[in-house]
Amino acid sequence: MSTAVLVMVTLALAACAYLYGRQRAWRVAGEVGGIRGLHSLPSHHGMMVALWCALPALAIVVGWKIAEPVIIDSIVHAEVPAAIAQNGERAVSLYRNEIENLIADGSAAGIADPDKQALGARLLSVRQTGASALTALALIAAGIGAALAVRRISAGFRARASVERVVHFFLLSCASIAILTTLGIVLSVLFESMRFFQQVGFLEFVTGTRWSPQTAIRADQVGSSGAFGAVPLFVGTLLISFIAMTVAVPFGLLSAIYLAEYASARVRNVVKPLLEILAGIPTVVYGFFAALTVAPALRDLGQSIGLSVASESALAAGAVMGIMIIPFVSSLSDDVITAVPQSMRDGSYALGSTQSETIVKVIIPSALPGIVGGILLAVSRAIGETMIVVMAAGLAARITANPLEAVTTVTVQIVTLLTGDQEFDSAKTLAAFALGLMLFVVTLVLNVIALQVVRRYREQYE
Amino acid sequence: MSVDIDKPGAPEGASSTLAKSGDGVGDPGGATAAAVSGTITGGEQRGGSGGNLRSRAVGERVQAGLKRRYAAERRFRLYGLVAIAATLSFLAVLLFSIVSKGLPAFSQTYMQMEVLLDADTLGVSADDERTALRGGNFGGVAKAAMRERFPEAESRSEKKHLYGLLSTGAEYELARRVIADPELIGQRVTLWVPADDELGALVKSGANLADPDSIVTRLSDQQIGWAAQLQQAGELDVRFNTTFFVNGDSREPELAGIRAALVGSGYVLLITFLLSFPIAVSAAIYLEEFAPQNKWTDLVEVNINNLAAVPSIVFGLLGLAVFINFFALPRSAPLVGGIVLSLMTLPTIIISSRVALKSVPPSIREAARGLGASDLQVVFHHVLPLAMPGILTGTIIGLAQALGETAPLLMIGMVAFIVDIPQSITDAATVLPVQVYLWADSPERAFVEKTSAAIMVLLAFLICMNALAVVLRKRFERRW
Repeated sequence: MSTAVLVMVTLALAACAYLYGRQRAWRVAGEVGGIRGLHSLPSHHGMMVALWCALPALAIVVGWKIAEPVIIDSIVHAEVPAAIAQNGERAVSLYRNEIENLIADGSAAGIADPDKQALGARLLSVRQTGASALTALALIAAGIGAALAVRRISAGFRARASVERVVHFFLLSCASIAILTTLGIVLSVLFESMRFFQQVGFLEFVTGTRWSPQTAIRADQVGSSGAFGAVPLFVGTLLISFIAMTVAVPFGLLSAIYLAEYASARVRNVVKPLLEILAGIPTVVYGFFAALTVAPALRDLGQSIGLSVASESALAAGAVMGIMIIPFVSSLSDDVITAVPQSMRDGSYALGSTQSETIVKVIIPSALPGIVGGILLAVSRAIGETMIVVMAAGLAARITANPLEAVTTVTVQIVTLLTGDQEFDSAKTLAAFALGLMLFVVTLVLNVIALQVVRRYREQYE
Repeated sequence: MSVDIDKPGAPEGASSTLAKSGDGVGDPGGATAAAVSGTITGGEQRGGSGGNLRSRAVGERVQAGLKRRYAAERRFRLYGLVAIAATLSFLAVLLFSIVSKGLPAFSQTYMQMEVLLDADTLGVSADDERTALRGGNFGGVAKAAMRERFPEAESRSEKKHLYGLLSTGAEYELARRVIADPELIGQRVTLWVPADDELGALVKSGANLADPDSIVTRLSDQQIGWAAQLQQAGELDVRFNTTFFVNGDSREPELAGIRAALVGSGYVLLITFLLSFPIAVSAAIYLEEFAPQNKWTDLVEVNINNLAAVPSIVFGLLGLAVFINFFALPRSAPLVGGIVLSLMTLPTIIISSRVALKSVPPSIREAARGLGASDLQVVFHHVLPLAMPGILTGTIIGLAQALGETAPLLMIGMVAFIVDIPQSITDAATVLPVQVYLWADSPERAFVEKTSAAIMVLLAFLICMNALAVVLRKRFERRW
C-alpha cells in the first residue's frame, strides 16, 4: 500500500472511530439517565476515539518515512562493491542512482551486472518489506488505539479535557511554525555561507572591491578571475536605496501630514485607497515600468541636456523604488501622526500657532521616533527589494556615487547567481547564500530596531 | 513642549520658556495669543531682550508677522497637496503607460491563406497514423501557398522576405486541421492564420500600408507592398486575440499566451491558501486566546513581526536550500512555490487574524463561558465565527500579495520556459508575474505589448481580490 493510500485509510478509520465512539457514548448516556449524566458531550468522546485511532498510526508512518532513507543509505554503503566505495562519496551516489533507475520498474531480475542485481534486489526487498510492515503496524496501532479509547468511554470520563489538550498542542505548534521558519532561514543561509567562506575568506568578501563571480571551468579561461569582493554590491544597494528614500520620505511624509491634519474625511476616503493601490501593485510591474518607461525617458532627457545617462541607471531604479515605497512611508507616518494626542495640538493652537507651526514644532517632534521607525522599516524594504532592480538596474559591479551610472545590488546578484543551470557546490552559487546572509542580517537588525522604536513610541502615548 | 502661560501679562520667566520653545515663528505665536487676550504688557520680545513696549507697537509687529506666517501656512499646505498630487499622478502615469501599451495585445492580425495540402510536399498521406501526421512538412505547404499568392517573389532573398510575413502559427493551425481531419490532404483549404508579429503590429496600429515612407518598421518596402495588396484584397483582418488566453508561452510573440502561467498561478495560490489559512488561523487563535505570558510566546511574537519584514527573496533562498536541496522536492513545481509563498504570507494572515479576534468583545466570551462552554468551545463556536469576515479579509489580502510575488519563485526555478499547461502540482510551471518578468526580458518588440497585457490581467485579478476583501469588510464586519 502506498503511503498516500495508507494515510487515507487511516483517516477513514478515524472517521469511523468517531462515529462509533459517539454512538457508544450515547449508549452510555442512556444507561445513566440521558446526556446530562455524561461529563463530556458524545461528540467529544467520538473525537477522542478518532484521535487515539489516527495519531499513533500517523506517528508510525512519519517515523518510518524519516527512518527509511537512513536505513537504505546504510545498506547501500555496506554492500556497495569495494572498488566503487574507495572512489569516494560521489561514486557511491552515482552507482546508487544507476541502480535506482534500473529498479524503477519494481523488478531487479533483468539487470546484467550481478553486483548491481544483488544490491537492487536487496533494496527492493527492504522497501517492500518495509512498506508491508508499515501498513500492518499502522493499522494495528490504529485498531489498538481506538479499542483502548473506546474502553475508556464512561459517564465520568473527561473526554473534552483530553481532546482540548490535543487541540491546544496543535494550536501551539502552528504558532511555533514562525520560529521554525526563522530557524530554517538562518540555518540554510548560514550553512551554505559557511561553505562559501571556506573557499573565500570572510574578510575578502566584506572588504574586497572587485566583484566578478565567474569561476574558471578551465584553468586557461579568459575573464574567469572569480573575485568575490562584495563592496561594490553594498555601495550599489546603498546608492539605490538612498535615491529611493529621497523620493519616498518627502512625498510619503508630506502626504501623510496632509491627510492626517488638513484633509477632510471625504478626501481621505478617496486618497487613502488610491495610495493603497500603489502599495498593492506587484513589484514586477514597477520593474517593467522602470525598465521600459522611466529609464529610456531619463536617458533621453539626459541626452537633451548633454548628460550621459546609462540606460540602466541607478536613478531610474531608485526613483521607481521610491514611488513604490511612498505608500509604505505615508501609512506608517499617518498612524504615528494620528496617535499624537489631541491635547498637544490644542495647547499649541491656544498659544496662537498656525496649523503648520503646530505640525512642524509640536507634532513632528513628538511623532519623530515613530516616523524614524517607519523610515527604517522602509529602508529595510528598499534594501531587500528585488524585482525592480533585477529588471531596471545593471549587472556591472562598480563603486560609484553617481546616480546616472549603472550599478548592481545584492539582490540582483543573488538572482543572477541562482537562476539558470547551476552546480550547487561552486563558489558562485554559494556566494548567493553569503549575500543572502548579509541581506538577512542587515534587514533583521533594521527591523528589530525599527519595531522597538515604534513600540516604545506607542507605549508612550497609550 | 511645555508652555505654562496661565494668565495675560505673563512674567519674564514664562515668556522666556516660550522663546526657548521655538525660534522666530513660535515667538510671535505667543505674542498673538497675548494680543488676542487684549492685555499686552510686554516681555514677548525675541530672545527675551528689550524692554517694555506699548501694546500698539506689539500689535503692529504681530500684524506684520501674520502675513508672513499665513503665507508660510499656505505654502506648507500646498507642499502636502503637491506631494499627494504627485504621488497620484505617478500612479496615473504608471497605469496609463501599461494600459496604452497593453491594449493592442488583446487584438491580433489574421491573414487569409489559400493552401493546397499537397501530399507530396507534406510527405504524409491520409492513411498515416496521427503521430506520423504530426511530422508533416506543414511549413512547406504554407510557404508554397505564399509563393502562389505572390508569384513575383523569385530570388532567394525575396522569398525569404515573403515567408517573413508568415507566422509559425500558420504551420500549427494547418497541422491541427489536418490531424483533426486527415481527409483534407490533397485538397485546397482557405483559412485564417495569425500574421507575423511585425506585420500584425503594423496593421493594428492602423498605419497606411500604401505609403511605406510614413512607417517606421523592421519590414522591407517590398514586404509592406505585399501587405498592402493583402489588405486591399481584404485578406488581413484584426480580431480579438483568443490565442493570448488559450496558449502557453512561445518564442513567437503572436503565439504566446498566458494560459500556462494562469494555471500555474492558480495551483500556487491554491496550495498557499490550503497551507497558510489553517495554520495562520490556528496560530492567531493560540496567540490571541490561549498563549500564556512567557518567553516562548514573546519569541513567537517577535519572530512573526520580523518575518513580516524579511525580504521575500530570502524566503526563496530558504525554499531552494530546504525544500529543493534537502527534501528533494521537484524544482519549478507549484508545490514548492506554494509552500514558500505560504511561509511568506503566514505573518500577514496571522497579524490580521489577531486583530479580527481581538475586536470580538469579551462579553461574548464571558457569556459563552457562563453557559458552561469550555475554552475551545468559546473560541470555535462563538469567537471564531464572529471574527471570520475580518480573518477572510486578511487572508485575501495576503493571497493577493502572494499572487504578485516574483522574487522567491525565481529562486526555486519557476523561471522555466513553459509551453504546456501544467497538469499537476508537481509539473514544471510558471506563474503570471514570472511570465511578465520573462517577457519583459525578450528582445522582440511585440513582447512589450504582451507583457503589458499580462500585467493588465494580473492587475485585474488583484483588483478583483481586493474588491472582494473590501466587500467582505463592508458587509459582514460588525462594529461592536
